[in-house]
Amino acid sequence: MNALLAPMRRYRKEAALAVTGTVGEVVMEVFLPFIMAYIIDEGVEAGNLTAVLAYGAAMLVMAALSLGFGMMAGYFSAKASIGYGCELREKIFDKVQTYSFANIDRFSTAGLVTRMTTDVTNVQMASQMLMRIAVRSPIMLISSLVAGMAISLDLSPVFFAAIIFLATALGVIVVFSTRIFNVVFDAYDDLNASVQENVAAIRVVKAFVREAYENEKFRAAADKLYRLFVRAEGLVALNNPVMMLAVYGCIIALSWLGAQLVVGSSMTTGELTSLFSYVMQILMSLMMLSMIVVMLTMSLASGRRIAEALDEQPDIANPAEAACSVADGSIDFDHVGFAYAHGDGEDVLQDIDLHIASGETIGIIGGTGSGKSSLVSLVSRLYDATEGTVRVGGLDVRAYDLETLRDAVAVVLQKNVLFSGTVAENLRWGAPDATDEELWAACDAVQASEFLCQLPEGLDARVERGGVNFSGGQKQRLCIARALLKRLKVLILDDSTSAVDTATDARIRAAFDTLIPGTTKIIIAQRISSVEHADRIVVMDGGRIDGVGTHEELLATNDIYRSVAASQAEGTGDFDIAAPSAAQD
Amino acid sequence: MAGTNTTARPMRPAAGAGGRSFSFAALFRALRYMLAHYGGLFALVVACIVVSAAIMAYSVLFTQTLIDEYIEPMLATGSTDFSALASELLRLSALLVVGVAASYAYNRLMVTISQGTMRSLRTETFEHMESLPLSYFDTHAHGDIMSVYTNDVDTLRQFYGQTLPQLVNSAVTLVTTFVSMCLLSVPLTALSCVMVAVMLVVTARCSALSGRYFADQQRDLGEVDGFIEEMMDGQKVVKVFNHEDGARADFRAANDRLRESATRAQLIANLIMPINANLGNIFYVLVAAVGAAMAIGGVGGLTVGALMSFITLNRNFSQPITQISQQMSFVTMAAAGAERVFALLDEQPEEDHGYVELVNARVLPSGEVEPCEERTGTWAWRHPHKADGTITYVRQAGELVMDHVDFGYTPNKTVLHDITLFAKPGQKIAFVGSTGAGKTTITNLINRFYDVDDGKIRYDGININKIRKGDLRRSLGIVLQDTHLFSGTVMDNIRYGRLDATDEECRAAARLVHADDFIRRLPEGYETRISGDGAELSQGQCQLLAIARAAVADPPALILDEATSSIDTRTEEIVAAGMDALMAGRTTFVIAHRLSTVKNADCIMVMEHGRIIERGDHDELMAQRGRYWQLYTGGSVGE
Repeated sequence: MNALLAPMRRYRKEAALAVTGTVGEVVMEVFLPFIMAYIIDEGVEAGNLTAVLAYGAAMLVMAALSLGFGMMAGYFSAKASIGYGCELREKIFDKVQTYSFANIDRFSTAGLVTRMTTDVTNVQMASQMLMRIAVRSPIMLISSLVAGMAISLDLSPVFFAAIIFLATALGVIVVFSTRIFNVVFDAYDDLNASVQENVAAIRVVKAFVREAYENEKFRAAADKLYRLFVRAEGLVALNNPVMMLAVYGCIIALSWLGAQLVVGSSMTTGELTSLFSYVMQILMSLMMLSMIVVMLTMSLASGRRIAEALDEQPDIANPAEAACSVADGSIDFDHVGFAYAHGDGEDVLQDIDLHIASGETIGIIGGTGSGKSSLVSLVSRLYDATEGTVRVGGLDVRAYDLETLRDAVAVVLQKNVLFSGTVAENLRWGAPDATDEELWAACDAVQASEFLCQLPEGLDARVERGGVNFSGGQKQRLCIARALLKRLKVLILDDSTSAVDTATDARIRAAFDTLIPGTTKIIIAQRISSVEHADRIVVMDGGRIDGVGTHEELLATNDIYRSVAASQAEGTGDFDIAAPSAAQD
Repeated sequence: MAGTNTTARPMRPAAGAGGRSFSFAALFRALRYMLAHYGGLFALVVACIVVSAAIMAYSVLFTQTLIDEYIEPMLATGSTDFSALASELLRLSALLVVGVAASYAYNRLMVTISQGTMRSLRTETFEHMESLPLSYFDTHAHGDIMSVYTNDVDTLRQFYGQTLPQLVNSAVTLVTTFVSMCLLSVPLTALSCVMVAVMLVVTARCSALSGRYFADQQRDLGEVDGFIEEMMDGQKVVKVFNHEDGARADFRAANDRLRESATRAQLIANLIMPINANLGNIFYVLVAAVGAAMAIGGVGGLTVGALMSFITLNRNFSQPITQISQQMSFVTMAAAGAERVFALLDEQPEEDHGYVELVNARVLPSGEVEPCEERTGTWAWRHPHKADGTITYVRQAGELVMDHVDFGYTPNKTVLHDITLFAKPGQKIAFVGSTGAGKTTITNLINRFYDVDDGKIRYDGININKIRKGDLRRSLGIVLQDTHLFSGTVMDNIRYGRLDATDEECRAAARLVHADDFIRRLPEGYETRISGDGAELSQGQCQLLAIARAAVADPPALILDEATSSIDTRTEEIVAAGMDALMAGRTTFVIAHRLSTVKNADCIMVMEHGRIIERGDHDELMAQRGRYWQLYTGGSVGE
C-alpha cells in the first residue's frame, strides 16, 4: 500500500489544503443552527430586532466563510486527486517499462491495461472522496453530536439511540447487499460474455439455425440476473425507510422530551429547534458514511491490483559490471533448460546444446509447442534460461548490458505490431537517426518499397493503430525492415514471413545475403522452402533438438523433417497468397 | 468493405462524451416501454411517493404545531398537563409509520419495476439481435454492438432504477414543500423562490462551463487510454527495440495533457457542490433574519413556530432542485443510451418468404419419395405450387447450381460478376484465388446470409429463395476458418450441430473426423468445459471440434473454409484428415488452401476480382499455364 501512497506525495500540499477547507466548511456549518437558537431566543422571543440583525450578520459571515472554505476544498481536492491519478498512471507505466517478458506474462496485456485505466480512475475517485466526504461526514457527525450535547445533555440518549439504530441497520444492509452484489456482477459478466460469444459467432448460430436455442439460453441467464438483482437491490431499498424511521423516531422523542424541558424552563424554544437541525445532520452524515464505505471497498480492490503491479520486481535486471559491446554473432547454448515461470512448471526446453558460428544461417522447424520461439527468446535475454548458459559472442548473455545485447540481437517476434504514427517513425524504432536513404534501403531488402511507393506519402504514410491499414504480409515485411535498421550482429525471424508469398520470401532471404552477410541469421518457419537453403536446419520436437543438419542430410536421416517436407513437397501448399493472416495479428 | 475475413475494426469512440447528437424522444420511448410492462405498479409507486412526501412535509410542519399550540400556550399558562401533547404525538407516530411504510413500498416496488423492465429489454434486444441479417453484423463493429449491452443498457438501468424515482420524488417533494411554505408565509415563500432562482442560474452557468471542459477531458482520456492499450499490446516489441524511454516520453506528454484538461473540468464540477450548499446556507440565514424580523414586527402573522418550520422547509426546498440538477447528467446519458438500444431494436430483422420445407421422407420402390412422420435419415423438399395448389416432394440430394449470379454488398459495387457453376451431389468444388476475389462471398450467398442481386441459385433444382431459410441452412453444413466455439462442454459444442443427437452420435461424429483421439486425452474427456474462445485448446483442436460439429449435423452439402497455414504441420495433417472424412460423399464447396484438397477436387474455380477466370481439374489447369499455374508454382505474382 506504500506504493499507492507515494505518488500522493507530490500533491500533499494540495491534499492538506483540501482537507483544511473541508474541515473549515463543516465547522462553520455546524455553528449555524447554534446561532440560530440565539436568534430565536434572544431575538424573536425577546422581541429584540437588533439582536436578530447582529446574530444574522454573524451567521452571514459564517456562511460566507463556509462558502470560501468549501470552494477551497473543491479547488484543491480537484487538483490533488487528478494530479494523484495522473501520477499513479505514470508510475505504473514507468514500472511496466522495466518489466521483463516474464513479468508481462504474469499480468497479461489486458490486466495491465485495466490497471492503468479503470483501476486508476477508481482510486482517483476514492482519493477525492476521502479528502472531502470522508473527512466531512465524521467531523459533521461528531461536531453535531457535541453541539447537541452542549445544548442539552439530557436529550443526548436520543441521539445515541438513533445513531446506534441507524448504524446497525445500515451496516447490516451494506454487508449483506455487498455479498449479493459480488455474485450479481459475476452473473452480469457471464451474461455479457454470452452476448459477446453470439456476436462473434453469429455466422455459426445462423448457419446451424440456433437462434431459438440461443434465445432460450439468454432468457435463462437474464432471469437469473433478474432474481439476483432483485434480491440485492430489495435489500438496498431498505436504506431510505430505515433512515426515515430514525428521523421520525427522533422527532417524536425530541418533541415529547423537549417540550417537557422547555416547559420546565431548562431549555429554550430556540435550542429545541436547533436540536432538530443537529439530529438531521447527524443522521445524514451516517448515511453518507455508509455510502462511502461501500464505494471505498470497491476501490480497495482496484488499489490492491495497482499495488501488485507497482510492487512487482522485474526479474531481469542489468548486471553490475555490464559488458557494453558484443564481439561477434556467435551463439552457444550449453545444455540449456527452460520453463516459463507462469506456466505449469513443465520444461519447455530440455538440454539444448547448440553452437552457432558468427555469420551462419540457421533454420528452425518444428510443431507448435516444440520450443522454437522459447529457444530464440533466450538469445536476447527476453527470458533467462533456468538451466545451463546461453552465450552470445562468447560471453554469457547475463553479463551484457541489456540495451547493448538487444541492440545487437534483433528479434522479429511472431506476434509483432506496428504502432500508430508514420511508417518512417515505426522504422526508426530500430535506429532513431537513420536517414531516409537508409530506410528505403531496408525497405528494398524486405520487398516493401514497391507497395510503399504506391502510397502517396511514401515513408510518411500513416500507420493506424495496430497497423490495420496494412495487409498481414506488408506488416510482416515492415517489421523485418524495422529490425534490419539496427546495428545488428544477430537477426532472429520468428515465423515472420508466414503471410508473405514464397517468391517474395525467397527474395527477402536473398537480400539478407548481400545486405547483412556477416550477421548470424536464425529463421523459424513453418514452410520448408523458407529454411531449406540455410547452412544448418534444427528440427525441434517436444522441447528437444531432434536433429541438426542441412536440408539433404535431414531428408536422409530425420523422420519428422521428412514427413513435414513430404506434406509440402509440391508447390507452396498455400493458395491464399495475399491473405492477412488474422490469427497472428 | 463488407467482406468477412477481417476481425479487426477500428472502434467507435465512446459516444455521449461531449456530443449531444441525441433527442429525448428515445428516452420517452424508454419510459413508455417501462409503462407498457409495469404501468399499474408505477402508478402505485407514484402514489406511495406522494403519500411519503406529504407525510414528511407534515412532520416538518409539526414543529410549528408543537411550539405554537403546545409549548407556547403551556409556557404562557404555566400548565404542566402533557396529556394532550401525548395523544397528539401518538397520532403523529401512527402517521409517520404509514410514511415509512409508503417509503419502503415505493423503493421496493421500484426494484421490481426497474429490474423487470431491464430483463425484458435485455431479452428483447438479444432476441431481436439474433433475428437480424448477417449484413448487420458485417456492417457494425462488434465492439459497438457489445457496447449496447455493456454500456447503453446499463445507463438505462441507472435511469429506471435511480434517476426516475429520484426525479419523481424530487418533483413531488418540491410541490409539497412549496405548498407547506405557502401555508406558513407567502412573503417568505416569495423570498425563497427568488433565492432558488439565483441558485439555479449559478448552477446552470457552472454546468455549461464544466460541460465544455468535460468534453476536452473525455477526448484526452480517450487518447491516454488508447495509447496505454496500444503500448501494452506492443510492450514486448518495445523491449526488443530498447524503446522504453521513447514510450515513457510519449506517455508523459499525453498524460500531462489529460492532467491539465481533467483538472480544469474537475475544478468547475467540484465548485458546484460547495457553491450550491453554501448559497443554501446564506439563504437560510437571510430567511431566518427576515423571518425573525417579521415575527417581531408581527408582519404577516408569523409565529415563532411557523418561522421554525419555515426555516427547515426552506432548506428542504433547495434540496430537490440540487438533486434534479445532479440527475440531469444521468438523464442525458440515458437518453443517448436509449437511442442506441432502440436503434438496434428498430433494425429490420432478416426476412424469410420461403415456403419450401424440409420433411422426413421414405423412398418408395419406384424411386420416388413420400413424406413421413418418423426420422428416416432421408429428407425431402415439400414444395407447394401456388399456381395449381399441388404439392410435390423432391428428395434432398445436395445438388447445387449457380446460374449467372451477380452480387454486391452495397448497391453500386458489384463484387461477384456472372458466376455460373454446377455441383452434382457428392462433388467437390474448390475455390482458389487471393483475398478479396470473392470466394467467401459465394458461400455467403449459398446459405442466404446475403441474397443475390441477379441470377439464381438452386438447391436440388429449387430456387433457394423459395426455401425456408432455416431448412436451407440445416441442409448445408459449414466449417469456418474462425471456429467460434461456445462456452460449455466439448460435448455441448459438438451437439450444437444437431440438438437431439445422443452422446453416442456425438462421439461417433468425433471419431469420424479424427477428433475423438484428442478429446479423450483432455482432463475430463467429452465433459471438459471450454470457454467461448476455446482458450484451453489449440487452434487445430478448435478446428477439429468445429468439423465434428458439422459432422453430427450430417448435411448432404458442405461449405468449408480451410485454415491458412498458421497451424503447425502435424496438427494440420490431422485436421486435413478430419476435413477429408467430413467431405466424403457430400457436395462440398471448399475455399481451399491445401494442395491435396485442390488436387482431389472435381473442379477448381480460380477467382479473381469477383469472376471465375479459370475452371477445371488440377491437371487441366496446370496444362493451361495460367493464373492457377502461377499460384501453384509460387511464380511471379506480387500483391
